[in-house]
Amino acid sequence: MGEQTTSQRLEQLRDAVRELLDSGNVEGVLALRIVGPGPAPHLFHAGDDLSDLALWPKYQIPKLLDMLLAANPDVRLGVVIRGCEERGLIELAKHNQVDMDRIEWIGLACTAEERDECRCHWPYPSRIDMGEKVEGIADALVKEHADLSLEERMDFWRRQFSRCIKCYACRTACPQCFCESCMLEDDKWVETGVMTPAFPSYHLIRAYHTVGKCVGCMECEKACPAGIPLTVLYKLLHQDAEELFGYVPGASVEDLPPLVIEDL
Amino acid sequence: MEYKNVLSTCVYCGTGCELYFQVLDGKIVGTLPAKGQHISKGQLCVKGWNVHSFVHHPDRLTTPLIRDRKDGDLREATWDEALDRVASEFTRIREKHGPDAMGFLCSAKVSNEANYLFQKFVRAVIGTHNVDHCARL
Repeated sequence: MGEQTTSQRLEQLRDAVRELLDSGNVEGVLALRIVGPGPAPHLFHAGDDLSDLALWPKYQIPKLLDMLLAANPDVRLGVVIRGCEERGLIELAKHNQVDMDRIEWIGLACTAEERDECRCHWPYPSRIDMGEKVEGIADALVKEHADLSLEERMDFWRRQFSRCIKCYACRTACPQCFCESCMLEDDKWVETGVMTPAFPSYHLIRAYHTVGKCVGCMECEKACPAGIPLTVLYKLLHQDAEELFGYVPGASVEDLPPLVIEDL
Repeated sequence: MEYKNVLSTCVYCGTGCELYFQVLDGKIVGTLPAKGQHISKGQLCVKGWNVHSFVHHPDRLTTPLIRDRKDGDLREATWDEALDRVASEFTRIREKHGPDAMGFLCSAKVSNEANYLFQKFVRAVIGTHNVDHCARL
């Protein structure tokens, strides 16, 4: 069996979205739609024209779904999700941000091309409704970085973060950044009105706050206008967290986050 | 419940980053970068990410304000009244002191076409080269 073409995938997506909308179980389905130069998130309703549905590039879907569910507490919504987006939703559910019972999802497996662009080790959801499963790959940048000495690493990150323009895009794009007040905007931790932000406090505060939640969706790195390879840092932290605590973010809604000692 | 994204261009500088306004039930609730666009490639700076925040802001002026006396308070006015006042004051100053007595500042927040029209108005109608814009400040 050959690889699916984009038009075959889109046809499969239209059928799956139409079926979910026609089931009457959801108010609408959050998916991507072509708006101007490319895809943008959109809430489709039953009877809508689905000809302009789109697949790629992806957006921070868990964060947007969270916003839509919070704004309308009585509705159930459908959503098209990839592997990282399912894992992101699971982490949000564990942190009481979304209620999985209010979500019906269509699981989308990423193509090899999409996986390569994200250097993704897990490019498929737990249930594949459309697309064909491709295996994950190890992140070559992470491996390369792990082989550096401590001094070389420090030097690497000092150079990378010297380009930071403190735009908060990494925080703003991140589906797992949902705090009402953010430490990165608190003068006690990050001095206001100063560019570039102090190394390494700004970046390490953010890095530590992703531990146990970051599912490697790459939205921060893709949003960074300075091109800083943020996920390399986060992935290395998660390797440590996995080795020390046996915790894999987003793997199961049952797993307790590593900082929770017991279920209260 | 309606949620859609509307394509727009960032108004904060002249780069032209395209972005989407997230519209939830008729209100703009956020900004997303336009990932399919070639100029900004799905990336925005801090101003771009927050460009929606003035749209529904309670402090936003939605009607012209006129000050009748030098030390008087601003009062709300109609667009017709405000434009009549501007036209009569431009004419008065130009006749009394000449066109170079006035300077004109345009904006990076408006389109190329609006900026073109503005400088044309300043040079051809008012008659001065005293024209500049905020992106050069």
